[in-house]
Amino acid sequence: MAEERMLMPGESRLSIGRILVYGALALVCLYYLMPLYVMITTSLKSLDEIRAGNLLALPQAVTFEPWAKAWQSACTGVQCGGMKGFFWNSVSFVVPAVLISTTIGAFNGYVLTMWRFRGSDTLFLLLMLGCFIPFQVVLLPMARTLGLLGLASSTAGLVLVHVVYGLCFTTLFFRNYYVSIPEELAKAARIDGAGFVRIFLRIILPLSGPIIVVSIIWQFTQIWNDFLFGVVFSAGEKQPITVALNNLVNTSTGVKEYNVNMAAAIIAALPTLFVYVVAGKYFVRGLTAGSVKG
Amino acid sequence: MAGTIQLNETPGGLRPPVAKGGTGRLYDLMEAWLPKIVIAPTFVACVVFIYGYILWTAVLSLTPSRLLPLYEFVGIEQYQALFGNDRWWLALKNLLVFGILFVVVCLIVGLLLAVLLDQRIRAEGFIRSIYLYPMALSFIVTGTAWKWILNPGLGLEKLVHDLGWQSFSFDWLVNPERSIYTVVIAGVWQSSGFVMALFLAGLRGIDDSIIKAARVDGASLPRIYWRIILPSLRPVFFSCFMILAHIAIKSFDLVIALTGGGPGFSSDVPATFMYTYAFTRNQIGLGAASAMMMLMIVVAVVVPMVWSETRRTSRG
Amino acid sequence: MKTGYMRVRTVVAALGLVFAASAAQAAEVEVLHWWTSGGEAKSVAELKKMLEAKGHTWKDFAVAGGAGENAMTVLKSRVVSGNPPVAAQIKGPSIQEWGAEGVLANIDATAKAEGWDKLLPPVVSNIMKYKGNYVAAPVNVHRVNWMWANPEVFKKAGVSVPKTWDEFAKAAEAIQKAGFIPVAHGGQPWQDFTVFESIVLGIGGPGFYKKSLVDLDQASLNSATMVKAFDTLAVVKKYIDKDSPNRDWNLATAMVINGKAAMQFMGDWAKGEFTAAGKVPGKDFICAPAPGTDKGYTFNVDSFVMFKQSKADVAKGQADLAAAIMSPAFQEVFNLNKGSIPVRLGMKMDKFDDCAKKSSDDFVATNKSGGLVPSIAHGMAVPSATAGAMQDVVTEFFNGTGMSSKQAAEKLAAAAKTK
Repeated sequence: MAEERMLMPGESRLSIGRILVYGALALVCLYYLMPLYVMITTSLKSLDEIRAGNLLALPQAVTFEPWAKAWQSACTGVQCGGMKGFFWNSVSFVVPAVLISTTIGAFNGYVLTMWRFRGSDTLFLLLMLGCFIPFQVVLLPMARTLGLLGLASSTAGLVLVHVVYGLCFTTLFFRNYYVSIPEELAKAARIDGAGFVRIFLRIILPLSGPIIVVSIIWQFTQIWNDFLFGVVFSAGEKQPITVALNNLVNTSTGVKEYNVNMAAAIIAALPTLFVYVVAGKYFVRGLTAGSVKG
Repeated sequence: MAGTIQLNETPGGLRPPVAKGGTGRLYDLMEAWLPKIVIAPTFVACVVFIYGYILWTAVLSLTPSRLLPLYEFVGIEQYQALFGNDRWWLALKNLLVFGILFVVVCLIVGLLLAVLLDQRIRAEGFIRSIYLYPMALSFIVTGTAWKWILNPGLGLEKLVHDLGWQSFSFDWLVNPERSIYTVVIAGVWQSSGFVMALFLAGLRGIDDSIIKAARVDGASLPRIYWRIILPSLRPVFFSCFMILAHIAIKSFDLVIALTGGGPGFSSDVPATFMYTYAFTRNQIGLGAASAMMMLMIVVAVVVPMVWSETRRTSRG
Repeated sequence: MKTGYMRVRTVVAALGLVFAASAAQAAEVEVLHWWTSGGEAKSVAELKKMLEAKGHTWKDFAVAGGAGENAMTVLKSRVVSGNPPVAAQIKGPSIQEWGAEGVLANIDATAKAEGWDKLLPPVVSNIMKYKGNYVAAPVNVHRVNWMWANPEVFKKAGVSVPKTWDEFAKAAEAIQKAGFIPVAHGGQPWQDFTVFESIVLGIGGPGFYKKSLVDLDQASLNSATMVKAFDTLAVVKKYIDKDSPNRDWNLATAMVINGKAAMQFMGDWAKGEFTAAGKVPGKDFICAPAPGTDKGYTFNVDSFVMFKQSKADVAKGQADLAAAIMSPAFQEVFNLNKGSIPVRLGMKMDKFDDCAKKSSDDFVATNKSGGLVPSIAHGMAVPSATAGAMQDVVTEFFNGTGMSSKQAAEKLAAAAKTK
């Protein structure tokens, strides 16, 4: 977009200012990479080396055994099959939860900006407050509700929980995005006789690409990394990958295998890492489009 | 549903917006109600799963519930116990310190990084990924990595000592007076990249011609940022604030993984306090009372903010 | 065509019969536990095998974290949703709290048939009962008041392993002078509390321990002995390194293994770390009772609590599970893996190591002498609300906010009134 932006012509060549900018960016990169460095080096060390030595040092003898163990033979309960079996569990509820909450959020945002009615601002305010409810508070009443609905310990129940508490954010995203779409577009379509659904499908949806990306990335990260709802509301053998990771890492009285733990953590984070690295460009682009004249 | 389909098939064209006659009236009626019907499930969910549960929590905070909910009225006993609990006040103080520092530092760091990255940087995509990746990792394990880095005997302090600077001291993690600041360090690490992305997007969205005009008029770069660019990022500030405040008030994993609330309970925050009492110590009544206090803080801080922002951005 | 169809129908009918028959006896037994690491998981897998040998299926429900904190949260949600597991790992006075909610199953029939009253020390069996009926099956006994020492370090410092807390102070001083860390400690509230209860037991003896930390007698909590216990805790604090806060217990154990530190006060699960590092008890490391506590035994007994079930076949599976838990075969294999000792009395100990043998001998001896007391730091002595409030006082004192020992004792007494 903004190619020539902050610089006057001729300023773009190497100057002290540029060097400083690069230096600062590189320095901050170190801060961000430090924990990843610790995780990766630890995952490549043997347990003896970890016990004996410097936790920040590079591995003396690189071993991939911890990775193999984390993937296929670490115990997460009675089963000792590593993390590999848990990916599908997570996918099976994350995908529907993300899609449903994004769809509903889009419609909500559309109504709250283009079809406002008496009390719609208040409803939005109430929803925004809902973003702030601590999840620990909702555990017990939610358990009761799911029990009454017959959804206790089922994948459907878990999807419901994530959809409900994701709605606040998806609605916020879409509403703030749609607020910047000129209302005249919708008005003109209305005069042409287009209805609620047609305006959404023909005019609003084609403009929504970027914010859909944002909503999906945000929801995917949140739900994939969620532990609390996953552990409380998942069906026994369908536990999400974060619960498996927790079971692997948080042993109470067993031997702690930090190398396996770190490898498992990186494995569990691969989908979200992938999303951020690959979709990062679209993410910023999506956010950009959203804030035009916001 | 049938109504929706019918609407879709209603011929468009030159139909006037307010039509007279049978089908037209039905159509208008549907049109008037459809937005409300669409938003109704969200409304119901909001009433039940948010406000219904808050009400339920409010009721529990007036009962002597311990292991499981017990509906017996004891008045404000739990609140009295809460206000007499040193640990609760410490948790509140920590939330204040952590919340303010976390939000402010994230905003500053995020904005600075965004401004720097916006200077036509070569490896922008690569650097941006580095700033963003912490959001992707769960704190269950990154907490352990941070714990090691910040521990004076294992991490940074030892590293600097080994490099020869013996008097260097960085012991916040093990210092009860300072431990909450380490939570800020790790929290900023996790969230500032996201803030950076939001600001970067905001910067990219600004119309270039305005800036060019200002430069031609001879305004300096810092002045342009201060007078033109930052003010136009107001909505981005709002979104960032919402997201950061939400993370700050709910911080739980972060504290548990990094300090475990310690040393002692010096880095306890209301969320960990609530969880400990309601679930670990079987004092659901007291936990509910603390949850109600948390919600009141949210209302006091967030409502004015959201209200003014809604007012400003909504049309009409 | 027709015959083929008939054949299929017969097969289907036969299969249906088979399924119906097996459904009558076999049940799906869902068990909530927090044993997920190597040795522990293997031990639970043994239980699974035994249950499957009786024709049931095991539905694993593992939730690790914070000594069962996460598991308890999940359990509460499951009970509230009307969907409790068949059995859950719960211990100590919490069993009474669950019993009071009216959700536990009575397993007296199994207990009587297997003669549990004779096989368990009364201190333990009382914990397993709610209003006189068995509701839980015990798995193991962990001894908490252990001291793990590195003999090499003691040798270099020229002192012997302390037998009293006075000796401890002298030995620690010498070890520090010799350039070692005297006490390896992980500064987490439960670890602080673990050290504290060993000190109370060592200074006041089992009688005082019982009166103050189990019966919560106000006079004992406020006594000079308790003040002295806090004084001793302050002494211990002097001999730990400054980096201890929020260190995991096993990293502290590693310090003893590596010879950086001389000793650690920790339950017998620490043994697993030593053996995993290839160390031999008696030679490379010493397990001794914490100073002054050789006549006492703080126990931490894990148990499975049974929840009421509506289906008869599940109840049968539940009874089989309870019987399997107390069977000698399981008690042996489980505890060999876990580092603890069987809770069932009169078991052969020849396969166990020296530390476990000593633990077992002391368990039997203290059971007779009255020195067998429940560990407060591990949720065996008082309800969790009370234990938590008392733990807060100890950890606040330990982390040095300038509280005097006398004030600490007063605060502890006040915290003991928490209900």
